[in-house]
Amino acid sequence: MNEGVVKAAVIRLFRVYKRYGGKNALVDLSLDIFKNEMLFVTGPSGAGKTTLLKLIYVGEPASEGQILIDGMNLSRIAHKRIPYLRRKIGIIFQDYKLIPTKSVFDNVALVLEAAGKNRRLIRKKVQSVLRTVGMEERMETLPPSLSGGEQQRVAVARAVVGEPEIILADEPTGNLDPESADAILRLLKTFYAHGATVIIATHDKEMIRKTGGRVILLKDGRLVDELRMPPAADS
Amino acid sequence: MMLTYYRRALQDIFTHRYLNAVTIVTIALSILIASAFVLVFVNANDMIASWEKGIRIMAYLKPGIGEAVLLELKQQIQTLARVQTSRYISKDEALDALRRQMPRQSALFDNLKENPLPDAFEIRVVPNGDGTRDIEALAKRIESIPAIAEVEYGQRWLGQFTSIVNLFRLTGYALAGLFFLAALFIVANTIRLILYSRREEIEVMRLVGATDGFIKAPFYIQGIIQGALGGGVGLTALLFAYAFVSSNIGRHPAVGIPHIRFLPPLLTVGILWCSMFVGWFGCYLSLKQFLKS
Repeated sequence: MNEGVVKAAVIRLFRVYKRYGGKNALVDLSLDIFKNEMLFVTGPSGAGKTTLLKLIYVGEPASEGQILIDGMNLSRIAHKRIPYLRRKIGIIFQDYKLIPTKSVFDNVALVLEAAGKNRRLIRKKVQSVLRTVGMEERMETLPPSLSGGEQQRVAVARAVVGEPEIILADEPTGNLDPESADAILRLLKTFYAHGATVIIATHDKEMIRKTGGRVILLKDGRLVDELRMPPAADS
Repeated sequence: MMLTYYRRALQDIFTHRYLNAVTIVTIALSILIASAFVLVFVNANDMIASWEKGIRIMAYLKPGIGEAVLLELKQQIQTLARVQTSRYISKDEALDALRRQMPRQSALFDNLKENPLPDAFEIRVVPNGDGTRDIEALAKRIESIPAIAEVEYGQRWLGQFTSIVNLFRLTGYALAGLFFLAALFIVANTIRLILYSRREEIEVMRLVGATDGFIKAPFYIQGIIQGALGGGVGLTALLFAYAFVSSNIGRHPAVGIPHIRFLPPLLTVGILWCSMFVGWFGCYLSLKQFLKS
């Protein structure tokens, strides 16, 4: 969190449980995430990192407990309000989730089209964000023709083009070479510096060390540890 | 926003052009067959109406009816439904007419000691395209008048013809309904196939904040375009078939069909609307089910 300012919790989880069949994915999780905070959710595979992100973007409902985003209680949110909540959240998926039949430009533009923005503004903003992620030259390309690192950069562009208050990133560097991973990390830090709340699910310790921020450790769906790490001097 | 929806709908049609072509052809065939029935009904009604114009009822009077009763009787007949005109024909007038019609048998008429013909009323009816169903009832009403001895009307065959047309009409309605359902089923399934092929894309749309309306609108536009194109193609095919048939009938006037006409403009527009409705409703059914899942 940027120092010196007392921030309000933008996301609050209170005694949240998530079960799949009889299996617990999250157990009694209570957590406050503050405005303009860099939060890392870490832990071994199956610890519940992706599940936690899913609950935040209302990909799935919690089995028990309350989740509040900007004062909105997700357990009581009307179906038709969900899209408006999602416009406040930019999501970077581990598998990118780009539409293979649409160009890079159209993939990114979709966010603004869905929000009802006009064509001229969409063109301007999409070009600008693609320039930021270094993909302006390839905006007419279809995603399957891109490398993993390029696809991830497009996914980042799509997540941030709507200027969301919250960015959720699920293993954003998981499938990338160190160079591409560094590029993605720099981008996330840029958006954090511009005031976004960034939540990154990862087990990439090097990434956490370089970036710094609050780290929570999940194990078998339980929050087992929490610490604050300063950014490494060499980052 | 609407422009975005139209752009996306047209893009979708182009991307899934074969699937869309199948839907359009199916709608076109359904519309062609259903509107061919309508065309036949329209012309059959015209024919019945033109034949009905010739229908008259002869009401023969009992002997010895006084003039005062005659006047009253005329008024009574005139007030009955579907009666257009009624003309009194005295038995002498009738015999004169018979003499004129059969000049070679005039000797036969001269030998008559007494005029055997009854006085009568010749009643013309208002044509309404409904054949003789009402006319039979009217004849019965007239027959029930005490001063009337007997009622006769020609074109009884028209009643049978009308019954056949009515039966045909019912079958036509049932078939048109079936074609409507078939078209609806096929549109719904095409859209469902497109939806399934794009389920990941729809999922992404939802995740980036698209409302159901944003997702649905292009599909509805697509359905309406499919309906309009299918309807247009079906009606154009019918127009060609009509032109072919009517030019052939024109060359063979012996068939006895006075003139056949194409569907009236209002009905044509109605069929086109119906076709667009099929496209829209097919989408509605698929989307409702798909977005719920």
